Amino acid sequence: MSKKLVGQPIRRREDFRFLRGEGRYVDDIRRAGELSAAFVRSPHAHAIVKSINADAARAAPGVVGVFTGADLAADNYGSIPCGWVVTDRNGEPHKAVPHYPMTRDRARYVGDQVAVVVAETDAEARDAAELVEVDYEALDAVIDLTTAMEAVQIHDEAPNNLCYDWELGDEAQVDAAFAKAHHVSKLELVNNRLIPSPMEPRAALAEYDNGTDSYTLWSTSQNPHMLRWMLCGNVTDIPETKLRVIAPDVGGGFGVKIYCYVEETVCLWAAKRVRRPVRWTADRTEACLADAHARDHLTRVEMALDEEGRFLGLKVHTIANLGAYLSNYATSIPTYFYATLLAGPYATPAIYANVHAVYTNTSPVDAYRGAGRPEAAYLLERIADIAAHDLGMDPVEIRRRNFIQPDQFPYETPVALTYDIGDYEASLDKALSMIDYDGFAARKEEAKARGKLRGIGLSSYIEACGVAPSSLISRFGAGAGLWESAEVRFNATGTVTVLTGTHAHGQGHETTFGQLVADALGVPYDDVEIVHGDTSQIPMGMGTYGSRSMAVGGSAIVKACDKVILKGRKIAAHLLEAAVDDITFSDGNFSVSGTDHSKTMAEVALAAYVPVDFPDDLEPGLDENAFYDPLNFTYPAGTHICEVEIDPDTGVTEIVDWVAVDDFGTVINPLIVEGQIHGGLAQGVGQAMLENGVYDHESGQLITGSFMDYCMPRADNLPSFRIGYTETACTHNPLGVKGCGEAGAIAAPPTLISAIANALDVTHIEMPATSEKVWRIAQNGAAAK
Amino acid sequence: MYDFGYHQPSSLSEADAALNSASDPLLMAGGQTLIPTLKFRLARASDVVDLCGIDELKGIREEGNAVVIGAMTTHCEVAESDLVASRIPALASLARGIGDPQVRHRGTIGGSIANNDPAADYPAGCLGLGATIRTSKRQIAADDFFGDTFDTALEDGEIVTAISFPLPEKAAYAKFPNPASRYAIVGVMVAKTGAGVRVAVTGAGHGVFRDEAIELALNESFSVDAVDASGVDEEDLNSDIHASAEYRKHLIGVMAKRAVAKANS
Amino acid sequence: MAEVTMTVNGRQVSRDVEARTLLVQFLREHLQMTGTHVGCDTSQCGACVVHVDGKSVKSCTMLAVQADGSAVTTIEGLASGDTLHPMQAAFNEHHALQCGFCTPGMVMSAVDLLQKNPSPSETEIRDWLEGNICRCTGYHNIIKAIRHAAGSAA
Repeated sequence: MSKKLVGQPIRRREDFRFLRGEGRYVDDIRRAGELSAAFVRSPHAHAIVKSINADAARAAPGVVGVFTGADLAADNYGSIPCGWVVTDRNGEPHKAVPHYPMTRDRARYVGDQVAVVVAETDAEARDAAELVEVDYEALDAVIDLTTAMEAVQIHDEAPNNLCYDWELGDEAQVDAAFAKAHHVSKLELVNNRLIPSPMEPRAALAEYDNGTDSYTLWSTSQNPHMLRWMLCGNVTDIPETKLRVIAPDVGGGFGVKIYCYVEETVCLWAAKRVRRPVRWTADRTEACLADAHARDHLTRVEMALDEEGRFLGLKVHTIANLGAYLSNYATSIPTYFYATLLAGPYATPAIYANVHAVYTNTSPVDAYRGAGRPEAAYLLERIADIAAHDLGMDPVEIRRRNFIQPDQFPYETPVALTYDIGDYEASLDKALSMIDYDGFAARKEEAKARGKLRGIGLSSYIEACGVAPSSLISRFGAGAGLWESAEVRFNATGTVTVLTGTHAHGQGHETTFGQLVADALGVPYDDVEIVHGDTSQIPMGMGTYGSRSMAVGGSAIVKACDKVILKGRKIAAHLLEAAVDDITFSDGNFSVSGTDHSKTMAEVALAAYVPVDFPDDLEPGLDENAFYDPLNFTYPAGTHICEVEIDPDTGVTEIVDWVAVDDFGTVINPLIVEGQIHGGLAQGVGQAMLENGVYDHESGQLITGSFMDYCMPRADNLPSFRIGYTETACTHNPLGVKGCGEAGAIAAPPTLISAIANALDVTHIEMPATSEKVWRIAQNGAAAK
Repeated sequence: MYDFGYHQPSSLSEADAALNSASDPLLMAGGQTLIPTLKFRLARASDVVDLCGIDELKGIREEGNAVVIGAMTTHCEVAESDLVASRIPALASLARGIGDPQVRHRGTIGGSIANNDPAADYPAGCLGLGATIRTSKRQIAADDFFGDTFDTALEDGEIVTAISFPLPEKAAYAKFPNPASRYAIVGVMVAKTGAGVRVAVTGAGHGVFRDEAIELALNESFSVDAVDASGVDEEDLNSDIHASAEYRKHLIGVMAKRAVAKANS
Repeated sequence: MAEVTMTVNGRQVSRDVEARTLLVQFLREHLQMTGTHVGCDTSQCGACVVHVDGKSVKSCTMLAVQADGSAVTTIEGLASGDTLHPMQAAFNEHHALQCGFCTPGMVMSAVDLLQKNPSPSETEIRDWLEGNICRCTGYHNIIKAIRHAAGSAA
């Protein structure tokens, strides 16, 4: 039997185009006669748009047109939808607000799109955009989360700027747990606002073909089919049959490219209006202003404990910032992707969460790497540390004592999920051993001799990946199912084209899916081509986010391969003059059981397209598709431990060691999985000590509008990471995989904050733990001693 | 970016002519600050006069007890200069820490000081080392050259041609970078010269300045322990999302100590 | 408009451009060489790094007219035929790229590092990459690839 590729660190095949500068991103695609769009954006956080005078702009060189929201309204362009209805505590749906492609009345955040200039060149469009005169009547800006519910109302539809007041869990049961508690640990914390910042800024190129009345939209999208669905099903009256969405090479997504945005919608409209292709590419400032932002919670958490440090009950109150409008999935993130994870890896019997989600005059907030789960893991791991401190326990011990045990699976949490499998102690033990936890005291002493404060911190996280079982999320309010599709198409020459509804923007699907298919069908890896990102080629698909591609998309591919093999057995039975039941398939060969008669996959594929004397019930062709709807989420989990050294004179924190032990179930390609861990960790470290999306509370201006102020992690901020695995295979998908894309971003913030707090001998420090914050605490500590 | 006329003179007199013939010209040195500024449309010029073609503005040489660096010498050239490394290693070290390698390949000392960004490194280098700025019209002592944020003694059309650094007895530069922009939150050049100790601080205030309290202390004893707190008033320091005035003031002391330690090593 | 002539990856090219045309725009829009990318407006990210007369620069912070008469090497000019440059090969070998967007600038910057410092330490590599931001890899494998390309891996 040939060597299986699954499990091997196969080098990525997609690298060759990227390494030669031959990747093809949206901004690399040029269409004859194309025009450039430049947006006029509100300089005010909150203002009534009284009038727009575009006369001077229209007269500027190269300008083809200047348009506003009213122009799109006249062509029946409606609001960009929110695809998830969250039902509040009173049984009412969330307070939905319109988000028109270009505002029609009011600007609600700095960067809100007010008008667009379409011109021959980008420079001319930008030159003319400056000439558009907008008469604004400035209103007070609502920025501060603590006062947002008492501030000036941003939308007529949402009194008190409240989108919903939502709860999950049994409050009475939690109150009862608190009543009998030996101790209650408490913490108020901030989960800081992030600007996701994939390196490729968003871009769109739209083309209209008058002859067929159809459109093509190239978009930096993580899910081209969903984009088409929203554009055709909600925003416009274009039939889905008349819109082709192509998401070619996409330079990083992390969630921010899931959504349907104003800019691409306007390009689509304008392409028909001016009958020429229209392109727009964000500059970084526009990306900072108008990409969906992330996190931004204020939370009060309380944990009830017994004398032995067992968790009895958890109570969480959160105010979540949704920004000025609802991004497509904004409502679901601080609810069903957040509160449902509040059990974490712990057997806490009673959990209650209450979330107030509010509108503010800031960029819309939606999912970003982890999406709700980092917020849950962060508060849970912080309160675990604090509880350990309060009870005088070792933070390792309190976790160990509360872990769900391997014999408790399947484990139903008090917050709506059922974990299928895991072994949390195994990851913890491995991480402790890898970092030499017992040797920390000596390392701390040695650091002290060098004038450094050394700290160690850990987190044991769980997350829910493989979004998502359609029925479950439908009950939660989702407007779409989250199955995935695949088509496995044999060509006559024996090569295989695989169409997947997922989308790769760095994940390496062309390689990993190729490994899967080569193994499943016994064909050479080089004969397998993976195609994604084009609605005209690929069956309806749901895209890539939430670490779903392998667990859901990969499972769909396996399912389609199974169908191909079944069909192949029928063809082989015909060719070999045997009964289908007697045909076995192994390693690329169809054989008649108990004989040496066999046909290769290539022979069967050729016969499928050169059918001779096929029986009536056997169709030509070898091309099968499958839709896979997951039975459950997958539940990756693990323990990360890091050590830091702090310079007390400056507050500069250096990460000196990091051990990540994760259980992702079956690993298809360890090279790629490790890359995913590294990247997630970098983003999590960024959140914990560098990144912060900051608006001026008075003016509502975005202060961190470029990389001069928004602090992106760089090579010298990060250590090399040490990776370990434990493995419990997922029980409900055919691959046993769980998902690895978000683990680092989830585990890193609590791990790092735990270590910094440990070094400083305090219970908590807010993110981002900047050098100044660290220095202040270090100074206070020094003063106290 | 607004469009402009572009001129690349090959001599100072040609540059002068180009400036005189333009209605609203800007001088460009390495362009590492000016080009982003133009991209953001924060500056507009009828004409850009690029000094990159003027050979007389380039090069590093020793003149008596001074190292003279042509205005169009890049940060990389200063960082890698054997002459600078042997005569004023503090200056080579400062140049090595400006921006990133690509910025250092283009950015120039003349551009940096003419721009006088309040968080740039070279102003602290010039002021701390007591440099003399040579221009197309005159020589200006660093003490008289740097004003508040982005302001200098340069007149319209006056071009920095070279900077003359007298050799210090010892000197060192310590920088605490902004984690995002990598400009200085605080940068301190400490120099022990024949005329006493000079301590110049960038990043912390509205422009580079000398910290007299630290100078006084170091004149007493040029040692780490002599450095106490900065003497500047917090109200004169910057406060932003990256660092409060209080933290900046503290960092002046820390960076000064580190610079002294380095200078003494 | 000004005529600009330069050698790009060994080929001499001339175009008429506005003075405000950036080198990166010249490459991408006038020469249709889209391997060089733009990821920010403030010279921070380094997706646009190319070599001008042998030195790495940010092509978003240089005017095309300033490169008149220069020799420019872009990511497209690094491989010889089908053979990847050792740095490109090392990036593949060690999975030093994911979405690929920062990669051209990252590779061009790394190549310049080894020109100057043939066997850099991990710290020296991390310091050199100050002007190149990657959002995908956490830099771990980039560092590894550069160390291997330099033959300096521990």
